[in-house]
Amino acid sequence: MELSEHLFRRESGRLVAALTRVFGVHNLALAEDVVQDAFCRALEVWKVRGIPDNPGGWLMAVAKHRALDIVRRERTARTFAPELTRALESEWTLAPAVEEAFALWTIRDEQLRMMFSCCDPRLPEEVQVALVLNVLCGFAAPEVAAAFLTSRSAMEKRISRGKKVLAQSTRLFDLADAEFPARLSAVRRGLYLLFNEGYHGASAEAAVRTELCAEAIRLTMLLVEAPETALPETLAMAALMYLHAAKLPTRLDAAGDLNPLVEQDRTQWDARLVEEGLALLDRSATGDVVSAFHVEAAIAAAHATARSVDETNWNAIVGLYDRLMSIAPSPIVALNRAIAVGQRDGPDEGIRSLHGIADVERLCRYPFYPAAIAEFERRRGNLDVARDQFSAAASLARSPVERRYLEARIRECGLLMM
Amino acid sequence: MSQFLYLYRMTDVARQENMGTPERAQQSMQRWMAWMQELDRKGHLKDRGQPLERTGKVVRGQDKTVTDGPFTEAKDLVGGFTLVEARDIDHAVELSRGCPILDGGGSVEVRPVMKMDM
Repeated sequence: MELSEHLFRRESGRLVAALTRVFGVHNLALAEDVVQDAFCRALEVWKVRGIPDNPGGWLMAVAKHRALDIVRRERTARTFAPELTRALESEWTLAPAVEEAFALWTIRDEQLRMMFSCCDPRLPEEVQVALVLNVLCGFAAPEVAAAFLTSRSAMEKRISRGKKVLAQSTRLFDLADAEFPARLSAVRRGLYLLFNEGYHGASAEAAVRTELCAEAIRLTMLLVEAPETALPETLAMAALMYLHAAKLPTRLDAAGDLNPLVEQDRTQWDARLVEEGLALLDRSATGDVVSAFHVEAAIAAAHATARSVDETNWNAIVGLYDRLMSIAPSPIVALNRAIAVGQRDGPDEGIRSLHGIADVERLCRYPFYPAAIAEFERRRGNLDVARDQFSAAASLARSPVERRYLEARIRECGLLMM
Repeated sequence: MSQFLYLYRMTDVARQENMGTPERAQQSMQRWMAWMQELDRKGHLKDRGQPLERTGKVVRGQDKTVTDGPFTEAKDLVGGFTLVEARDIDHAVELSRGCPILDGGGSVEVRPVMKMDM
C-alpha cells in the first residue's frame, strides 16, 4: 500500500472538525492533542506493519476511541460540546453521539462551521487566513510562515492569537445566525485571499503555491456543495478560482520564473479546470446581483477560452473592466483596464489610460505599474524609457520571482538597443 | 548470517516533534517505508516486528511490587522492534544507520540474538 500525498494534512482538518464536534471549540487544543497522538500511534504501527488499506479510516478509529476515553474519564471535570451535553452523559448515548460526530456529513458540516468561526471579524484578515490554513488544512505554523514569508515565531503568535478568539466560544458559528450573510462574505474574502496568496504569492516555491490554490479550491467547494452557502456569488468565486487555476501549469517556466501571458503555451492549460470553471460561471448567472466575482470570472473566462493573446476579445474585456470599475473601483482594476485598452487600441492609448488612472499614487509601491508603462514604451520603440521603467519596477519587486522576471525584461530592452 | 534485534528508542518529546504535525508525519512515514523496503529488498528483513504501547507495568523484587510503567528512569522508551539478518554485528550496525529514527533524535539499539548451535 502506497502512502497517498498529503494524507496526514487532509485527515488533520477532518479529524479536528469531528473532535471539535464532541469536545466543543473551547477545547480545540484538546482536539489537536488527540489528532497528534493519533498520528504518532499510526506511524508507530505502520512503520513496522505497513500502511493499512484504509489509512484515513484507521486514523479516524484511533481518534474516535481516544475521544470516547477522554469523555468517559473527564466528563465530570470538564464541559464538552454544549450541543451534546446530554448525549455524552449517558453510556447509552455516548458511543452513538461520538460515532455521529465522525460521520461523513457531520465532518463536512463542521468544517464549514469551522471556516465561518475562523473568519471572525474580530480578527484581522491575515490571522483569519492563517487559522484556516492551520486548523482546516493541517499546515503547521512553520509551513504557513514559509508561505507568507513571515518568521516562524511571528506566525506562531498570529495563530495562537486566532485560537484564543476561537476558544472564547463553546460552539462553532451557526449558519442560521443573523450574522450569516456578512460572515459568508468574510469567508469568501478569506478563501479568495488564500487563493491569491497561492497564485500571485511571494513564496518562491512553486509547489507550496499550488498547494495553497488547491486548498482554497477544496474549501470553496465545501461552500458550493452546501445549499446555504452555494449562492451565486460563491459560485462565481469558485468559477474564478478554477479558471485561474487552469493556467497554473504555465505561470512559471521550467526555471521557476514568471512566464508572461504572451509566452504561455496555452495547450498546457488544464482543459478540465477551464470546463469546470465555465460550468460554475454558468450556474452563477442567477439572481439579480452581479458581483465583482462574476465580472472577474467573466474576464478570466475570456482569457481562458482565447487561443492566443491576439485572438483575445479585448473589446469585451475592456467592457468588463468598466463594469468592474463601477462595482469595485480600485487603482489595480484601473491598471488592468488600461493594459486591456492598450491591447485593444495600441500602446499609445495604453499609456494614455495608465496616466489617467485616478489615485495613481496608491500604485507607487506596486511594481507592475511601472512595468506596464515599460511594456507599452517598449512596443512604441522607446527602449531607454522602457528600460528605466523596468528598472523602477525591479526596485519595487516583492519577491525573488518578481525581481528575476523584471530583470529579464531589463536585459531584453538592453539587447534590443544594441 | 546471524540475527539481530533492532530496538527503536525515542523520548516522548522527540516522538511528538517528529510525528505530531501532518507534514512531519508524512515525511517520517515516507522515510520509514523507503528504509524498510530497502532492508526487505536486500533480504535482511527477518521479521518486521511489532510496535509497543508506551505504557505498561513493571513487576519487581521478591515481594513482586507492581509499578506503573513506563520506566521513569529511562526517558527514551522502546517504541517497537524489528528482527534483521546480517553477517555480523558490524554489518547490522551499518544497516541500522539508514534508520529514519536517527534523524529525529531517537536511537536504534542493536542486539545480537544469542546463537543456540552448541
